[in-house]
Amino acid sequence: MFHSLGRYLLLLRLSFRKPEKFSVYWAEVMREMVSEGIGSLGIIVIISLFIGAVATIQTAFQLVSDFIPKTVVGGITRDSTILEFSPTICALVLAGRIGSSIASQIGTMRVTEQIDALEIMGVNAPGFLISPKIIAGVTMIPVLVVVSVILGLSGGYLACAASKEVSTADYLAGLTDGFNPLIVTVCAVKAIVFGFLINSICAYQGFYTSGGALEVGQAATRGVVYSCIMILFADLVISRVLL
Amino acid sequence: MIETKDIVKTFGENEVLKGISAEFKPGKNNLIIGGSGSGKTTLLKCIVGLHEPTNGDVFFDGQNFTNMHFRERVPIRKEIGMLFQNSALFDSMSVADNIMFPLNLFTDMSKSEKQDRANFCLKRVNLDGKGKLHPSELSGGMKKRVGIARAISMQPKYLFVDEPNSGLDPLTSILIDRLISDLTQEYNTTTVVVTHDMNSVMGIGDHIIFLHGGQKWWEGSNKEIAHTNNQELNEFVFASPFMKAAREKL
Repeated sequence: MFHSLGRYLLLLRLSFRKPEKFSVYWAEVMREMVSEGIGSLGIIVIISLFIGAVATIQTAFQLVSDFIPKTVVGGITRDSTILEFSPTICALVLAGRIGSSIASQIGTMRVTEQIDALEIMGVNAPGFLISPKIIAGVTMIPVLVVVSVILGLSGGYLACAASKEVSTADYLAGLTDGFNPLIVTVCAVKAIVFGFLINSICAYQGFYTSGGALEVGQAATRGVVYSCIMILFADLVISRVLL
Repeated sequence: MIETKDIVKTFGENEVLKGISAEFKPGKNNLIIGGSGSGKTTLLKCIVGLHEPTNGDVFFDGQNFTNMHFRERVPIRKEIGMLFQNSALFDSMSVADNIMFPLNLFTDMSKSEKQDRANFCLKRVNLDGKGKLHPSELSGGMKKRVGIARAISMQPKYLFVDEPNSGLDPLTSILIDRLISDLTQEYNTTTVVVTHDMNSVMGIGDHIIFLHGGQKWWEGSNKEIAHTNNQELNEFVFASPFMKAAREKL
Protein backbone atom coordinates (compact mmCIF):
# COMPACT_ATOMS: atom_id res chain seq x y z
CA MET A 1 0.00 0.00 0.00
CA PHE A 2 2.78 2.48 0.93
CA HIS A 3 4.66 1.47 -2.23
CA SER A 4 1.59 2.31 -4.35
CA LEU A 5 1.01 5.57 -2.48
CA GLY A 6 4.63 6.59 -3.02
CA ARG A 7 4.45 5.71 -6.71
CA TYR A 8 1.18 7.64 -7.03
CA LEU A 9 2.72 10.75 -5.43
CA LEU A 10 5.84 10.51 -7.61
CA LEU A 11 3.67 10.18 -10.71
CA LEU A 12 1.76 13.30 -9.67
CA ARG A 13 5.04 15.16 -9.23
CA LEU A 14 6.17 14.09 -12.71
CA SER A 15 2.80 15.08 -14.14
CA PHE A 16 3.24 18.68 -13.12
CA ARG A 17 6.74 19.24 -14.48
CA LYS A 18 7.22 22.21 -16.77
CA PRO A 19 5.68 21.37 -20.17
CA GLU A 20 7.89 21.05 -23.24
CA LYS A 21 5.60 23.42 -25.14
CA PHE A 22 2.72 25.16 -23.42
CA SER A 23 0.55 25.50 -26.54
CA VAL A 24 0.55 21.73 -27.20
CA TYR A 25 -0.42 21.01 -23.59
CA TRP A 26 -3.10 23.70 -23.69
CA ALA A 27 -4.66 22.06 -26.75
CA GLU A 28 -4.72 18.77 -24.82
CA VAL A 29 -6.39 20.47 -21.83
CA MET A 30 -9.09 21.89 -24.12
CA ARG A 31 -9.64 18.49 -25.74
CA GLU A 32 -9.98 16.83 -22.35
CA MET A 33 -12.33 19.54 -21.11
CA VAL A 34 -14.63 18.92 -24.04
CA SER A 35 -14.40 15.17 -23.57
CA GLU A 36 -15.00 15.22 -19.81
CA GLY A 37 -17.41 18.17 -19.69
CA ILE A 38 -19.55 18.07 -22.82
CA GLY A 39 -19.22 14.29 -23.08
CA SER A 40 -20.66 13.78 -19.60
CA LEU A 41 -23.43 16.34 -19.83
CA GLY A 42 -26.12 13.90 -21.02
CA ILE A 43 -25.79 11.47 -18.12
CA ILE A 44 -25.55 14.32 -15.61
CA VAL A 45 -28.76 15.91 -16.93
CA ILE A 46 -30.66 12.63 -16.65
CA ILE A 47 -29.50 11.59 -13.17
CA SER A 48 -29.80 15.10 -11.70
CA LEU A 49 -33.41 15.60 -12.79
CA PHE A 50 -34.41 12.22 -11.36
CA ILE A 51 -32.41 12.60 -8.14
CA GLY A 52 -33.96 16.03 -7.46
CA ALA A 53 -37.45 14.77 -8.16
CA VAL A 54 -37.05 11.64 -6.03
CA ALA A 55 -35.45 13.59 -3.16
CA THR A 56 -38.41 16.00 -3.15
CA ILE A 57 -41.04 13.25 -3.28
CA GLN A 58 -39.40 11.22 -0.50
CA THR A 59 -38.83 14.25 1.73
CA ALA A 60 -42.45 15.31 1.26
CA PHE A 61 -43.62 11.77 2.06
CA GLN A 62 -41.67 11.75 5.35
CA LEU A 63 -42.62 15.25 6.45
CA VAL A 64 -46.34 15.38 5.74
CA SER A 65 -47.67 16.75 9.01
CA ASP A 66 -49.78 19.71 10.07
CA PHE A 67 -47.01 20.74 12.47
CA ILE A 68 -44.32 21.08 9.82
CA PRO A 69 -44.47 23.86 7.24
CA LYS A 70 -44.44 22.60 3.65
CA THR A 71 -41.60 24.95 2.81
CA VAL A 72 -39.27 22.63 4.74
CA VAL A 73 -39.38 20.20 1.81
CA GLY A 74 -37.74 22.77 -0.45
CA GLY A 75 -35.06 23.53 2.16
CA ILE A 76 -34.19 19.87 2.74
CA THR A 77 -34.12 19.12 -0.98
CA ARG A 78 -31.86 22.13 -1.55
CA ASP A 79 -29.40 21.21 1.21
CA SER A 80 -29.25 17.50 0.39
CA THR A 81 -28.89 18.21 -3.34
CA ILE A 82 -26.15 20.81 -2.93
CA LEU A 83 -24.30 19.05 -0.13
CA GLU A 84 -24.53 15.44 -1.13
CA PHE A 85 -26.58 14.29 -4.09
CA SER A 86 -25.11 16.50 -6.79
CA PRO A 87 -21.39 16.36 -5.92
CA THR A 88 -21.17 12.81 -4.62
CA ILE A 89 -23.57 10.92 -6.86
CA CYS A 90 -22.33 12.83 -9.91
CA ALA A 91 -18.75 12.00 -8.93
CA LEU A 92 -19.57 8.31 -8.53
CA VAL A 93 -21.26 8.24 -11.91
CA LEU A 94 -18.40 10.20 -13.49
CA ALA A 95 -15.87 7.81 -11.95
CA GLY A 96 -17.52 5.12 -14.04
CA ARG A 97 -17.84 7.18 -17.18
CA ILE A 98 -14.62 9.22 -17.20
CA GLY A 99 -12.45 7.08 -14.93
CA SER A 100 -12.78 3.85 -16.87
CA SER A 101 -12.12 5.74 -20.09
CA ILE A 102 -8.95 7.36 -18.71
CA ALA A 103 -7.56 4.14 -17.24
CA SER A 104 -8.26 2.10 -20.35
CA GLN A 105 -6.98 4.83 -22.70
CA ILE A 106 -3.67 5.27 -20.87
CA GLY A 107 -3.41 1.53 -20.19
CA THR A 108 -3.82 0.76 -23.89
CA MET A 109 -1.19 3.37 -24.72
CA ARG A 110 1.14 1.64 -22.26
CA VAL A 111 0.69 -1.89 -23.61
CA THR A 112 0.91 -0.76 -27.24
CA GLU A 113 4.20 1.10 -26.53
CA GLN A 114 2.70 4.53 -27.29
CA ILE A 115 3.94 5.79 -23.91
CA ASP A 116 7.41 4.41 -24.73
CA ALA A 117 7.23 6.30 -28.02
CA LEU A 118 6.50 9.53 -26.14
CA GLU A 119 9.42 8.93 -23.78
CA ILE A 120 11.80 8.15 -26.65
CA MET A 121 10.89 11.49 -28.24
CA GLY A 122 11.85 13.24 -24.99
CA VAL A 123 8.28 14.01 -23.99
CA ASN A 124 7.44 13.89 -20.28
CA ALA A 125 4.75 11.22 -20.74
CA PRO A 126 3.05 11.67 -17.32
CA GLY A 127 2.91 15.42 -17.91
CA PHE A 128 1.53 15.11 -21.41
CA LEU A 129 -1.00 12.40 -20.62
CA ILE A 130 -2.05 13.03 -17.04
CA SER A 131 -1.83 16.75 -16.21
CA PRO A 132 -4.32 17.85 -18.94
CA LYS A 133 -6.79 15.28 -17.63
CA ILE A 134 -6.42 16.43 -14.03
CA ILE A 135 -6.75 20.10 -15.03
CA ALA A 136 -9.84 19.26 -17.10
CA GLY A 137 -11.25 17.24 -14.20
CA VAL A 138 -10.84 19.91 -11.54
CA THR A 139 -12.41 22.52 -13.82
CA MET A 140 -15.16 20.59 -15.60
CA ILE A 141 -16.47 18.43 -12.75
CA PRO A 142 -17.36 21.51 -10.66
CA VAL A 143 -19.14 22.92 -13.74
CA LEU A 144 -21.03 19.65 -14.13
CA VAL A 145 -21.92 19.73 -10.43
CA VAL A 146 -23.32 23.27 -10.80
CA VAL A 147 -25.42 22.04 -13.74
CA SER A 148 -26.47 19.07 -11.62
CA VAL A 149 -27.54 21.28 -8.70
CA ILE A 150 -29.65 23.49 -10.97
CA LEU A 151 -31.27 20.50 -12.65
CA GLY A 152 -31.72 18.64 -9.37
CA LEU A 153 -33.63 21.56 -7.87
CA SER A 154 -35.57 21.88 -11.14
CA GLY A 155 -36.42 18.17 -10.89
CA GLY A 156 -37.79 18.83 -7.41
CA TYR A 157 -39.91 21.67 -8.79
CA LEU A 158 -41.29 19.41 -11.51
CA ALA A 159 -42.07 16.71 -8.93
CA CYS A 160 -44.00 19.27 -6.84
CA ALA A 161 -45.86 20.47 -9.93
CA ALA A 162 -46.78 16.91 -10.85
CA SER A 163 -47.70 15.51 -7.41
CA LYS A 164 -49.45 18.51 -5.75
CA GLU A 165 -48.44 17.22 -2.28
CA VAL A 166 -46.27 20.30 -1.90
CA SER A 167 -47.17 23.37 -3.91
CA THR A 168 -44.53 24.83 -6.21
CA ALA A 169 -44.84 28.13 -4.31
CA ASP A 170 -44.01 26.38 -1.00
CA TYR A 171 -41.15 24.54 -2.69
CA LEU A 172 -39.65 27.75 -4.11
CA ALA A 173 -40.08 29.53 -0.77
CA GLY A 174 -38.32 26.62 0.94
CA LEU A 175 -35.40 26.84 -1.48
CA THR A 176 -34.59 30.35 -0.27
CA ASP A 177 -35.48 29.98 3.41
CA GLY A 178 -32.52 29.80 5.80
CA PHE A 179 -29.98 29.48 3.02
CA ASN A 180 -26.44 29.11 4.38
CA PRO A 181 -23.80 29.97 1.74
CA LEU A 182 -21.37 27.55 3.42
CA ILE A 183 -23.09 24.63 1.69
CA VAL A 184 -22.06 26.06 -1.69
CA THR A 185 -18.44 26.23 -0.53
CA VAL A 186 -18.61 22.64 0.68
CA CYS A 187 -20.14 21.58 -2.63
CA ALA A 188 -17.41 23.36 -4.60
CA VAL A 189 -14.62 21.85 -2.49
CA LYS A 190 -16.10 18.39 -2.90
CA ALA A 191 -16.44 18.80 -6.67
CA ILE A 192 -12.82 19.94 -7.08
CA VAL A 193 -11.44 17.18 -4.83
CA PHE A 194 -13.56 14.50 -6.52
CA GLY A 195 -12.45 15.73 -9.96
CA PHE A 196 -8.83 15.44 -8.89
CA LEU A 197 -9.30 11.99 -7.37
CA ILE A 198 -11.13 10.47 -10.34
CA ASN A 199 -8.60 11.69 -12.88
CA SER A 200 -5.41 11.07 -10.91
CA ILE A 201 -6.33 7.62 -9.56
CA CYS A 202 -7.56 6.28 -12.88
CA ALA A 203 -4.59 7.78 -14.74
CA TYR A 204 -2.24 6.13 -12.22
CA GLN A 205 -3.91 2.76 -12.72
CA GLY A 206 -3.64 3.10 -16.50
CA PHE A 207 -0.08 4.39 -16.49
CA TYR A 208 1.32 1.40 -14.62
CA THR A 209 -0.57 -1.23 -16.59
CA SER A 210 1.54 -4.06 -17.95
CA GLY A 211 0.52 -7.01 -20.06
CA GLY A 212 -2.33 -6.91 -22.54
CA ALA A 213 -6.06 -6.44 -23.01
CA LEU A 214 -6.93 -8.36 -19.84
CA GLU A 215 -4.72 -6.17 -17.67
CA VAL A 216 -6.08 -3.00 -19.30
CA GLY A 217 -9.59 -4.10 -18.33
CA GLN A 218 -8.43 -4.90 -14.80
CA ALA A 219 -6.74 -1.49 -14.53
CA ALA A 220 -9.95 0.25 -15.60
CA THR A 221 -11.95 -1.72 -13.02
CA ARG A 222 -9.41 -0.97 -10.28
CA GLY A 223 -9.39 2.69 -11.23
CA VAL A 224 -13.17 2.99 -10.93
CA VAL A 225 -13.37 1.00 -7.66
CA TYR A 226 -10.52 2.89 -5.97
CA SER A 227 -11.89 6.24 -7.18
CA CYS A 228 -15.33 5.45 -5.75
CA ILE A 229 -13.85 4.42 -2.39
CA MET A 230 -11.67 7.54 -2.24
CA ILE A 231 -14.62 9.75 -3.24
CA LEU A 232 -16.66 8.41 -0.33
CA PHE A 233 -13.73 8.75 2.06
CA ALA A 234 -13.03 12.34 0.89
CA ASP A 235 -16.76 13.09 1.18
CA LEU A 236 -16.65 12.08 4.83
CA VAL A 237 -13.47 14.06 5.57
CA ILE A 238 -14.67 17.23 3.82
CA SER A 239 -18.08 17.07 5.52
CA ARG A 240 -16.47 16.53 8.93
CA VAL A 241 -13.93 19.34 8.47
CA LEU A 242 -16.07 22.00 6.80
CA LEU A 243 -19.50 21.53 8.37
CA MET B 1 28.48 6.46 -32.74
CA ILE B 2 26.74 4.59 -29.94
CA GLU B 3 28.75 2.56 -27.49
CA THR B 4 27.61 0.21 -24.74
CA LYS B 5 30.00 -0.78 -21.96
CA ASP B 6 29.36 -3.87 -19.81
CA ILE B 7 25.59 -3.54 -19.84
CA VAL B 8 23.99 -5.72 -17.22
CA LYS B 9 20.23 -5.82 -16.75
CA THR B 10 18.42 -7.90 -14.19
CA PHE B 11 14.71 -8.26 -13.52
CA GLY B 12 14.44 -9.56 -9.98
CA GLU B 13 16.63 -12.67 -9.89
CA ASN B 14 16.68 -13.01 -13.66
CA GLU B 15 19.85 -11.64 -15.27
CA VAL B 16 18.79 -10.88 -18.84
CA LEU B 17 21.91 -9.06 -20.05
CA LYS B 18 25.29 -10.20 -18.76
CA GLY B 19 27.77 -7.45 -19.51
CA ILE B 20 27.35 -6.48 -23.14
CA SER B 21 29.87 -4.15 -24.74
CA ALA B 22 29.38 -3.11 -28.32
CA GLU B 23 29.88 -0.26 -30.79
CA PHE B 24 27.33 0.88 -33.33
CA LYS B 25 28.79 3.01 -36.10
CA PRO B 26 27.10 5.75 -38.13
CA GLY B 27 26.01 5.09 -41.70
CA LYS B 28 25.77 1.36 -41.05
CA ASN B 29 22.88 -1.00 -40.42
CA ASN B 30 23.79 -2.45 -37.04
CA LEU B 31 21.71 -5.55 -36.39
CA ILE B 32 21.14 -7.19 -33.02
CA ILE B 33 20.03 -10.75 -33.60
CA GLY B 34 19.33 -13.71 -31.39
CA GLY B 35 16.67 -16.19 -30.36
CA SER B 36 13.58 -15.35 -28.36
CA GLY B 37 14.52 -14.38 -24.81
CA SER B 38 18.17 -13.75 -25.67
CA GLY B 39 17.88 -10.10 -24.53
CA LYS B 40 17.76 -8.25 -27.88
CA THR B 41 14.85 -5.96 -27.07
CA THR B 42 16.08 -5.46 -23.49
CA LEU B 43 19.44 -4.31 -24.85
CA LEU B 44 17.70 -1.94 -27.25
CA LYS B 45 15.55 -0.55 -24.43
CA CYS B 46 18.64 -0.07 -22.25
CA ILE B 47 20.34 1.85 -25.06
CA VAL B 48 17.41 4.21 -25.64
CA GLY B 49 16.75 4.66 -21.91
CA LEU B 50 13.41 2.86 -21.65
CA HIS B 51 15.13 0.49 -19.20
CA GLU B 52 17.83 1.66 -16.83
CA PRO B 53 20.78 -0.78 -16.93
CA THR B 54 21.55 -2.45 -13.61
CA ASN B 55 25.20 -1.91 -14.44
CA GLY B 56 27.23 -0.45 -17.29
CA ASP B 57 26.96 2.66 -19.44
CA VAL B 58 25.64 3.77 -22.79
CA PHE B 59 27.45 6.51 -24.71
CA PHE B 60 25.98 8.59 -27.54
CA ASP B 61 28.91 10.21 -29.36
CA GLY B 62 30.95 10.07 -26.18
CA GLN B 63 28.24 11.44 -23.86
CA ASN B 64 27.31 9.12 -21.03
CA PHE B 65 23.55 8.76 -21.54
CA THR B 66 23.06 6.43 -18.56
CA ASN B 67 24.25 9.00 -16.02
CA MET B 68 22.02 11.77 -17.35
CA HIS B 69 18.80 12.98 -15.74
CA PHE B 70 15.54 13.19 -17.68
CA ARG B 71 16.03 16.80 -18.75
CA GLU B 72 19.69 16.29 -19.67
CA ARG B 73 18.64 13.45 -21.95
CA VAL B 74 16.13 15.53 -23.90
CA PRO B 75 18.66 17.00 -26.43
CA ILE B 76 19.88 13.47 -27.25
CA ARG B 77 16.34 12.10 -27.35
CA LYS B 78 15.45 14.74 -29.95
CA GLU B 79 18.07 13.13 -32.17
CA ILE B 80 16.61 9.66 -31.72
CA GLY B 81 14.02 8.15 -34.03
CA MET B 82 12.49 4.82 -33.17
CA LEU B 83 10.24 2.37 -34.93
CA PHE B 84 8.46 0.08 -32.50
CA GLN B 85 7.48 -3.51 -33.08
CA ASN B 86 3.79 -2.59 -33.21
CA SER B 87 4.53 0.82 -34.72
CA ALA B 88 3.14 2.58 -31.58
CA LEU B 89 1.28 5.22 -33.58
CA PHE B 90 -0.97 7.50 -31.55
CA ASP B 91 -4.50 6.20 -32.20
CA SER B 92 -6.19 9.50 -31.50
CA MET B 93 -4.22 11.35 -34.17
CA SER B 94 -4.23 11.20 -37.96
CA VAL B 95 -1.16 9.95 -39.81
CA ALA B 96 -0.03 13.53 -40.52
CA ASP B 97 -0.55 14.56 -36.90
CA ASN B 98 1.51 11.57 -35.75
CA ILE B 99 4.40 12.73 -37.93
CA MET B 100 4.00 16.36 -36.90
CA PHE B 101 3.77 15.53 -33.20
CA PRO B 102 7.51 15.81 -32.41
CA LEU B 103 7.72 18.87 -34.66
CA ASN B 104 4.89 20.52 -32.69
CA LEU B 105 6.66 19.90 -29.41
CA PHE B 106 10.27 20.56 -30.22
CA THR B 107 10.47 22.97 -33.14
CA ASP B 108 9.33 26.50 -33.90
CA MET B 109 8.30 25.61 -37.43
CA SER B 110 5.17 27.25 -38.84
CA LYS B 111 2.10 25.13 -39.50
CA SER B 112 2.76 25.05 -43.26
CA GLU B 113 6.41 24.10 -42.70
CA LYS B 114 5.34 21.24 -40.46
CA GLN B 115 2.80 20.08 -43.01
CA ASP B 116 5.44 20.24 -45.74
CA ARG B 117 7.80 18.18 -43.60
CA ALA B 118 5.07 15.62 -42.86
CA ASN B 119 4.23 15.38 -46.57
CA PHE B 120 7.92 14.96 -47.41
CA CYS B 121 8.31 12.17 -44.84
CA LEU B 122 5.18 10.43 -46.10
CA LYS B 123 6.42 10.70 -49.68
CA ARG B 124 9.76 9.27 -48.60
CA VAL B 125 8.04 6.13 -47.29
CA ASN B 126 5.74 5.92 -50.34
CA LEU B 127 2.59 6.95 -48.50
CA ASP B 128 1.95 10.13 -50.38
CA GLY B 129 -1.56 11.50 -49.72
CA LYS B 130 -2.34 9.24 -46.75
CA GLY B 131 -1.90 11.96 -44.13
CA LYS B 132 -5.58 12.28 -43.29
CA LEU B 133 -6.07 8.59 -42.49
CA HIS B 134 -6.04 7.30 -38.93
CA PRO B 135 -3.81 4.41 -37.77
CA SER B 136 -6.85 2.10 -37.51
CA GLU B 137 -7.38 2.52 -41.27
CA LEU B 138 -3.86 1.33 -42.18
CA SER B 139 -2.45 -2.13 -42.91
CA GLY B 140 0.45 -3.51 -40.84
CA GLY B 141 3.02 -2.56 -43.49
CA MET B 142 1.60 0.94 -43.84
CA LYS B 143 1.72 1.41 -40.05
CA LYS B 144 5.40 0.46 -40.09
CA ARG B 145 6.07 2.97 -42.83
CA VAL B 146 4.20 5.71 -40.95
CA GLY B 147 6.27 4.74 -37.89
CA ILE B 148 9.42 5.22 -39.97
CA ALA B 149 8.09 8.54 -41.31
CA ARG B 150 7.50 9.73 -37.73
CA ALA B 151 10.94 8.48 -36.70
CA ILE B 152 12.67 10.50 -39.45
CA SER B 153 10.56 13.64 -39.09
CA MET B 154 13.15 15.27 -36.81
CA GLN B 155 16.05 14.11 -39.05
CA PRO B 156 17.49 11.81 -36.38
CA LYS B 157 21.14 11.01 -35.86
CA TYR B 158 20.23 7.70 -34.30
CA LEU B 159 17.58 5.35 -35.64
CA PHE B 160 16.34 2.39 -33.60
CA VAL B 161 14.13 -0.27 -35.07
CA ASP B 162 12.54 -3.07 -33.07
CA GLU B 163 11.48 -6.14 -35.07
CA PRO B 164 10.62 -4.27 -38.28
CA ASN B 165 9.42 -7.39 -40.09
CA SER B 166 7.16 -8.94 -37.50
CA GLY B 167 3.72 -9.67 -38.91
CA LEU B 168 4.62 -8.62 -42.43
CA ASP B 169 4.61 -10.62 -45.65
CA PRO B 170 8.05 -11.30 -47.23
CA LEU B 171 7.65 -8.66 -49.94
CA THR B 172 6.66 -5.91 -47.50
CA SER B 173 9.48 -7.01 -45.20
CA ILE B 174 11.99 -6.50 -47.98
CA LEU B 175 10.53 -3.07 -48.74
CA ILE B 176 10.82 -2.05 -45.08
CA ASP B 177 14.41 -3.37 -44.90
CA ARG B 178 15.34 -1.42 -48.03
CA LEU B 179 13.73 1.70 -46.66
CA ILE B 180 15.68 1.43 -43.39
CA SER B 181 18.90 0.81 -45.26
CA ASP B 182 18.32 3.71 -47.69
CA LEU B 183 17.50 6.11 -44.84
CA THR B 184 20.64 5.04 -43.01
CA GLN B 185 22.74 5.96 -46.06
CA GLU B 186 20.77 9.10 -46.79
CA TYR B 187 20.94 10.62 -43.28
CA ASN B 188 24.14 8.84 -42.19
CA THR B 189 22.26 7.66 -39.10
CA THR B 190 23.56 5.22 -36.56
CA THR B 191 20.91 2.59 -37.14
CA VAL B 192 20.31 -0.24 -34.68
CA VAL B 193 17.86 -2.92 -35.77
CA VAL B 194 16.65 -5.72 -33.53
CA THR B 195 15.52 -8.64 -35.62
CA HIS B 196 15.41 -12.39 -35.95
CA ASP B 197 14.48 -12.29 -39.59
CA MET B 198 17.24 -13.94 -41.61
CA ASN B 199 16.27 -12.13 -44.80
CA SER B 200 17.00 -8.85 -43.01
CA VAL B 201 20.26 -10.23 -41.67
CA MET B 202 21.48 -11.30 -45.10
CA GLY B 203 20.01 -8.27 -46.87
CA ILE B 204 21.07 -5.29 -44.77
CA GLY B 205 23.33 -6.60 -41.99
CA ASP B 206 26.44 -4.40 -42.31
CA HIS B 207 27.35 -5.08 -38.70
CA ILE B 208 25.71 -7.89 -36.74
CA ILE B 209 25.77 -8.71 -33.06
CA PHE B 210 24.47 -12.13 -32.07
CA LEU B 211 23.15 -12.43 -28.52
CA HIS B 212 22.87 -15.77 -26.81
CA GLY B 213 21.79 -16.25 -23.20
CA GLY B 214 22.18 -12.53 -22.49
CA GLN B 215 25.78 -12.41 -23.75
CA LYS B 216 27.39 -11.12 -26.92
CA TRP B 217 28.17 -14.40 -28.60
CA TRP B 218 29.38 -13.30 -32.02
CA GLU B 219 30.04 -10.12 -33.98
CA GLY B 220 30.61 -9.65 -37.69
CA SER B 221 28.93 -8.81 -41.00
CA ASN B 222 26.41 -10.59 -43.22
CA LYS B 223 29.28 -11.69 -45.44
CA GLU B 224 31.00 -13.40 -42.53
CA ILE B 225 27.93 -14.96 -40.94
CA ALA B 226 27.60 -17.75 -43.50
CA HIS B 227 31.15 -18.97 -42.91
CA THR B 228 31.42 -18.84 -39.16
CA ASN B 229 32.11 -21.92 -37.05
CA ASN B 230 30.18 -20.61 -34.07
CA GLN B 231 27.84 -23.48 -33.23
CA GLU B 232 25.08 -21.49 -31.52
CA LEU B 233 25.05 -18.91 -34.30
CA ASN B 234 24.90 -21.61 -36.96
CA GLU B 235 22.01 -23.27 -35.17
CA PHE B 236 20.18 -19.95 -35.12
CA VAL B 237 20.97 -18.79 -38.65
CA PHE B 238 20.57 -22.10 -40.41
CA ALA B 239 17.61 -23.41 -38.45
CA SER B 240 15.31 -23.50 -41.48
CA PRO B 241 15.75 -26.04 -44.34
CA PHE B 242 15.78 -23.13 -46.78
CA MET B 243 18.76 -21.50 -45.08
CA LYS B 244 20.52 -24.87 -44.81
CA ALA B 245 20.08 -25.37 -48.56
CA ALA B 246 21.29 -21.83 -49.20
CA ARG B 247 24.40 -22.45 -47.13
CA GLU B 248 25.29 -25.54 -49.13
CA LYS B 249 25.19 -23.46 -52.31
CA LEU B 250 27.47 -20.79 -50.84
